[in-house]
Amino acid sequence: MNILKFIESFTDDNLMNSTGSRRDSFSHFGNIGKNLAMASIPFGLSALANKAFAKDITATPATPIGALQFALTLEYLENEFYSMALDSGVIPALENGGRDLKVFQQIADHESDHVKFLIAGLGGTASPNFVPKPTFDFTVGGTFDPFHDYPTFLTLAQAFEDTGVRAYKGQAANLITTPDLLTAALQIHSVEARHASEVRRLRGLKGWISNADRGAGMPSATQAVYDGEGVTMQAGFNTAAAFGAAAGSEAYDEPLTTQQVVDIANIFIV
Amino acid sequence: MKNEVKIHEVDPSLNSRRSFLKLSGLTLVTTGLVLAGCSDNDNDNNMEDTSLPGVRNGVFDLGSGDFGVLTYAYALEQLEADFYTKVVNSSNFNAVFNDTERQVLTDLYHHEVVHRDFFKAALTGALPDPSSQLLPTLAFNYGSLNFNSRSEVLATAKALEDTGVAAYNGAGRLIKTADYLLLAGKIVSVEARHASAIRSLINPNSKDFAGDDIVNMSTGLDDAKDPSKILPIAANFITTKFTAKYLP
Repeated sequence: MNILKFIESFTDDNLMNSTGSRRDSFSHFGNIGKNLAMASIPFGLSALANKAFAKDITATPATPIGALQFALTLEYLENEFYSMALDSGVIPALENGGRDLKVFQQIADHESDHVKFLIAGLGGTASPNFVPKPTFDFTVGGTFDPFHDYPTFLTLAQAFEDTGVRAYKGQAANLITTPDLLTAALQIHSVEARHASEVRRLRGLKGWISNADRGAGMPSATQAVYDGEGVTMQAGFNTAAAFGAAAGSEAYDEPLTTQQVVDIANIFIV
Repeated sequence: MKNEVKIHEVDPSLNSRRSFLKLSGLTLVTTGLVLAGCSDNDNDNNMEDTSLPGVRNGVFDLGSGDFGVLTYAYALEQLEADFYTKVVNSSNFNAVFNDTERQVLTDLYHHEVVHRDFFKAALTGALPDPSSQLLPTLAFNYGSLNFNSRSEVLATAKALEDTGVAAYNGAGRLIKTADYLLLAGKIVSVEARHASAIRSLINPNSKDFAGDDIVNMSTGLDDAKDPSKILPIAANFITTKFTAKYLP
C-alpha cells in the first residue's frame, strides 16, 4: 500500500458504507469531509490555538481520524527522539559490529516514514485534520540526560517502543469501521513491536514483557508503561495454567487507553 | 512437501472486493433457497450460514466472519505450537542451540502453545455446536526439515513468525467484533516480537529485526496478507485437508 492509496482509502472506506456507485458516493464526500473536520476540532484546533504557548496534549476523540491524529503525535515523539539521538552521537557506532547504530538508524527511518505516512493520510499539513508537532523535552526538565548518557537513551527508547505497541492496540477499536485505516495501523503496530523487541534485547532483556515488569534498569517513572501488562486471563482462559504467569502474560500484549498514553506522552511535552 | 490444504481460488474476474462480496451474497441466498426447499433443517435460519466453521462437501471449511477468522488463527497457532514443540523436544536441542537461543525458542514454544490452547478454549466456548464446528487437531509434516540443524530451524521459525504477523495484519479488517479484534491485536504484537527475536538470532549485528525485506522502505509498514496468500504457505506443513472458501 502506498501513500496515495492510503489517502484514497479515506474515500474508499466511506464508499464501503454506501450502497451507491463509486461516482454517486463521491458526491457525498463533501458531507463526509465536514464530519471529519468536526471530529478533529477538539484536538486539532485547540492544539493550533495554543501552539505558541506549548502545552500538554489532550485525548483525541474515539474516531478513526482521532486515532490517526493520536498516532501521529506519538510518531512525532519517537521520530524527534531518535533524530536527536542520532545527531547527538550518543549511540555507539563501533560496538557489537556497529549493531546499536544500525538498529537505531533503522528505527529512526521507520518512525520518520510513519510521520510522513500519517500526515499524508490525514490529508497533508493544510488539512483541518492535521495536527502539528508538540514541543518535546526528553530531559523532562533536566531529570534525564538521554543524549549524553547512552543507558538513559536506551531506557527511554524501550519505554517509547513498548508504549507505542500498547497505544496502537488501544486504538484498534476506533478504526474498526474503516478497514483500510485499521490495516495500516496494524502494519505500523507490528513494526513498533519489532522495534520494542530489539531495543529490549539491546538492554539484555527478553523481547517480550513478563508480568508487569518494567525490566532491570528501568526508572520507576516508566512503570506506567507496564502497568496492566501482567494479565493472565484472556476471554475467560487462564494463560498461566500451562507454563506459569510469566509465560502466560508474555504471550499477550495489553492495550493502553488513549488517556493513559496521553499521560505518558505529556511527561515529555512542554 | 505437498500443498494439501485446499485453498479457495478467488476468481480473477472479480476485480473488486465489492463485487466479490455481492456475488458471495447471491450465492448465499441461492444456497439458502435450495436448502429450504429440499431438506429439513435443524436451524432456526433457513439459509446455510457460511460464517460457521464445519464440514461442507466432505471437507472442513473455516467459515467466514469472526468465527472464520478465529478458526483461521487457530489453524496457524496449531502449526506454530506444533513446530516449536518439536524443536524443543528434538534430541539435540541442547547441543545445537546456545543458551540464548534455547531461551528464545523455549519461550516461543510456551507462547504458541498458550495461543493454540486459548483459541481452542475460546472457540469451544463461543461456537454454537463445537462438536461439529471446532477445527479438529491438525496433522503436520515438515518433510525434509532437519530439527537438528540450527540454520534450518531458525529459518523456518523466521518464516512462520513473519507469516503469522502478515496473517494477523491482513485478517484484522475481517473481524467485526471489537473484543475479538483486541484479542488478535494482543497476539500479533507478540508474534512481531518473536519475528524480531528470531531475525536477530540469525543475523545479530544488523537491522534485520525489522529488515527492508519485510518492512516497506517508503511507508515503514509491516506486511499484511489475505488468508488466500497465507494458507498456501502454511500448507507446506499442514497435512490435514481443510478449505477456506469464504475468506478472502
